[in-house]
Amino acid sequence: MSALDPAAKPRLANRARLQWDEQGQRHVLLFPEAALVLNPTAAETLKLCDGNRTVDAIVDDLASRFGQENRATIADHVIDLLVRIRERGLLEI
Amino acid sequence: MPRLYTIVAELTYRCPLRCVYCSNPTDFAVSHGDELTTEQWSDVFRDGAALGALQLHLSGGEPLLRPDLPALIRVSRAAGLYVNLITSGATLNEHKLREFRECGLDHIQLSLQDSERESAELIAGVRCFDSKLAAAALIRNAGIPLTLNVVLHRYNIVRIPELCDLAIQLGADRLELANTQYYAWAMQNRAALLPTREQYAEAERIVTSLRENCRGKIEIAFVRADYFADRPKACMGGWANTYLCIAPAGDVMPCHAASVIPGLSFDNVRHTRLADVWRDSAALNAFRGDDWMIEPCRSCPEKKIDFGGCRCQAFMLTGEARAADPVCSLSSEHQSVIDAVDNRASASLVYRDSKNSRRLAAPR
Repeated sequence: MSALDPAAKPRLANRARLQWDEQGQRHVLLFPEAALVLNPTAAETLKLCDGNRTVDAIVDDLASRFGQENRATIADHVIDLLVRIRERGLLEI
Repeated sequence: MPRLYTIVAELTYRCPLRCVYCSNPTDFAVSHGDELTTEQWSDVFRDGAALGALQLHLSGGEPLLRPDLPALIRVSRAAGLYVNLITSGATLNEHKLREFRECGLDHIQLSLQDSERESAELIAGVRCFDSKLAAAALIRNAGIPLTLNVVLHRYNIVRIPELCDLAIQLGADRLELANTQYYAWAMQNRAALLPTREQYAEAERIVTSLRENCRGKIEIAFVRADYFADRPKACMGGWANTYLCIAPAGDVMPCHAASVIPGLSFDNVRHTRLADVWRDSAALNAFRGDDWMIEPCRSCPEKKIDFGGCRCQAFMLTGEARAADPVCSLSSEHQSVIDAVDNRASASLVYRDSKNSRRLAAPR
């Protein structure tokens, strides 16, 4: 799988839905027959995948909340996550 | 206590189709009691979500025959469940789909019997091929994610490429190719439905290459046929471990088939809240964990992987529900599974309908 275009505007696939899991106290990504458990930063990232924001803008948003000094690490994590979600067919980009 | 993740709600046993591999009990037409009311189902869905369930499959019979389906979708989605409607598509129309979407339906799984009309209608026992193609188009137009589900058997397993082409043409997001599992009506029709070993091996090869070729176009799920394996499936992820199946009249079962095992008494959501059933039901506790196991499972290093396979299949093929699933080559009864495949016959089909149900349920 190729890397992501930073100007691309990712959006969760129609069949995937973010859901708060009260019992596990975490977000999960639900889709047919399965679920992915998300850590808090992954959940915040996917909340921003609305088809309007670019990958760059998503990284900017997270860096403003989690620390500009961590921007490079955040960018790596965001791209890694989005590539994996895309590979499962759950992200339109 | 294990955590519940998935609920299958069999809203009704009524169905206009007569599919020869239906998973409903063969005695569905007799003595199962009245269907749960809207309020009773609503309590089940809210209680299930509170127990931790994330996935809900609204199934049947044909769930579209429940006039309260929109209300049931609304209440389950509001409880946070991912709501999947499993339907034959009969009587589906644009108006209903719009209503389902507004109520929060997440996904539809539409059954398709074959890519060819004649064979599809032979298996369904009614004329339904054109209405299914129309239903698929309506679902796509309504913007609801769609999985086409095809149960594989001798009659259609040679047409996997055609089934895949049709699924892409219909705009499905996913194609689920599920080999027939031999329970209930499928067990009645086992000799007629089993493919040959060569057909099955070829099907696995074709699916592997189609998955590669169709990447990005459609996702292909393949449910393997356990009769062709030498280790059993991890049935339901373990008995009452993550999954519940609730029958139309409210009996809470660990799977679709468990009523074949004699002596199990199922609790009913009319009388007991779902959380209490999940924790205390004698039937759900009967095969939880591995204390119930006998040899060869008890000392088997793989018992945590496959849980000894399927209790229902073990009972049906050996008469002992605690026995190793005979699909396992370590089972003393494994030869019965090999023989079933090798001695297939061209038997006539027994259709899933009320008449046959009453005949099968009658004392001999």
